[in-house]
Amino acid sequence: MSADLTLILPEIVLAVFAMLGLLGAVYTGKDALAPALVWATSALLVLVALWVGLAAPETHTGFGGMFIDDGFSRFAKVTLLLSAAAVLAMSEGYMSARGLLRFEYPILITLAVVGMMVMVSAGDLMSLYMGLELQSLALYVVASLRRDSIKSTEAGLKYFVLGALSSGLLLYGASLIYGYAGTTLFSGIIQTAQTGDVSLGMLFGLIFVISGLAFKVSAVPFHMWTPDVYEGAPTPITAFFATAPKVAAMGLFARVMHDAFGNAVGDWQQVVALISLLSMFLGAIAAIGQTNIKRLMAYSSIAHMGYALMGLASGTVFGVQAMLVYLAIYVTMNVGTFAFILMMERDGQPVVDVASLNMYSKREPGKALAMLVLLFSLAGVPPMLGFFGKLYVLRAAYEGGLAWLAIAGVVASVIGAFYYLRIVFYMYFGDENAEGLDGGKSPVLWGFLMASAVVMVLGIINMFGVEGAAAAAAASLVN
Amino acid sequence: MDEMLREYLPILVFLAVAIALGLILILAALVIAVRRPDPEKVSAYECGFNAFDDARMKFDVRFYLVSILFIIFDLEIAFLFPWAVAFKDISMTGFWSMMVFLGVLTAGFAYEWKKGALEWQ
Repeated sequence: MSADLTLILPEIVLAVFAMLGLLGAVYTGKDALAPALVWATSALLVLVALWVGLAAPETHTGFGGMFIDDGFSRFAKVTLLLSAAAVLAMSEGYMSARGLLRFEYPILITLAVVGMMVMVSAGDLMSLYMGLELQSLALYVVASLRRDSIKSTEAGLKYFVLGALSSGLLLYGASLIYGYAGTTLFSGIIQTAQTGDVSLGMLFGLIFVISGLAFKVSAVPFHMWTPDVYEGAPTPITAFFATAPKVAAMGLFARVMHDAFGNAVGDWQQVVALISLLSMFLGAIAAIGQTNIKRLMAYSSIAHMGYALMGLASGTVFGVQAMLVYLAIYVTMNVGTFAFILMMERDGQPVVDVASLNMYSKREPGKALAMLVLLFSLAGVPPMLGFFGKLYVLRAAYEGGLAWLAIAGVVASVIGAFYYLRIVFYMYFGDENAEGLDGGKSPVLWGFLMASAVVMVLGIINMFGVEGAAAAAAASLVN
Repeated sequence: MDEMLREYLPILVFLAVAIALGLILILAALVIAVRRPDPEKVSAYECGFNAFDDARMKFDVRFYLVSILFIIFDLEIAFLFPWAVAFKDISMTGFWSMMVFLGVLTAGFAYEWKKGALEWQ
């Protein structure tokens, strides 16, 4: 028992911190403590990321196989912890300035992160669902954090109703799988699949579970909630939605597919390949008409999830490695891009209109250049790091026998490049007379934007060991 | 087959008794009850509201809050019952797991109390 508890010590530390923070703040300064709590949480998340990341590279299972601590879960945990810490650090100034900063916000983010850590470590349908719900419930609340805004409450409600629907689909699939496999443990399910073909009932369960998970990663055709939630939620929350939960949901997706259905790759490969294809094209085409940069980023994230799913669809160790590398790059790009979006304001009011960026390079050449690098990277234009992320997943798909998917990915990437490059066009060659933006003065946001842009360039030379870590992580998942 | 069906006989008997009893009570009310109708008595019963009103009326969010709190503590009891019944057989792990669960609930309760969620003004 104590060995089990040692295994989940990082999660316990975060959960205890959340509860102590909640009680401590409500009995003392309440919202006056919120900024301090945000910074403390951010620092704690970084510390836990170091702790998890520097742990010995071994595989442990606990609670009778329900919790798995391996290279894969550690890679995903470090990525999501660091991105959550970055988003928290970015959000403090923005939310304080708009009176949005309540002390519950860092607490809810911490609890969501605990849920995500359980998700990527799940070794059982039960712990999968527990982690997923802990994450989702916290996210529903933060989506509607701005209670007096109709858009924000609408975002929260939509997210909640559709999230509940997807949880229902997932649970239905899980119950079918349990019914046909006789166990909820992934290690038991994979053995049932080993003895001959997967039964029809099991296949139904698998499809329902994939649908539920596709909802969480916002892959087409389960993407409808994404643009509305991204638009309605306060921008720092949108930044959070676009980073850590995506990593967790993709990690969980890969975990279920390989740990529970690793012997039936042929059965899920075509499904995952299809949703990957649809996501890439819908994300590329639907974003063209968007003038709101948050909605645009929502479609962009749908397209990027399509590429990450392409790595998973290949069904190989290299595919999982490509997916992890892609996710790490995606998260870094999004942190920088959202740091830029958070700085977009006019007279102290946030602006989300793409057209407001006309001739931005005249006023803020440094920031415009950083954003240019990030947008090129998001579009996958060589030689930015985003291009190498795409190259990775395309190679994985090609080597996994999905050459058609790789070709479709290239086509979708060319279409999608249009709307990223249009922003660059506005910034450098746009209308001179359009009403511009104020120069945002936040050093924190500026730092994140610049750091992210620098990584996009320096990453070409050296990926800071992410490739090796991802390879080890993928090897620990697929066997 | 007969053997299996016979095991279900008590359920059939139970169903028959339930239907008969229901009919008797309804008919008895028709036949022997004293009737002095007044508007309050004949109006449909709906908890806390006028029965016939616009369905899109504004609804005080506090009702929602109280019902959520009720569900939380209802669930707590639902977990405590089997735990208490099997108390002799569970290990120290089982005992402390429940204590941690109660502790987490108490933290939430203390938060909502201090936050003023229980005040109805």
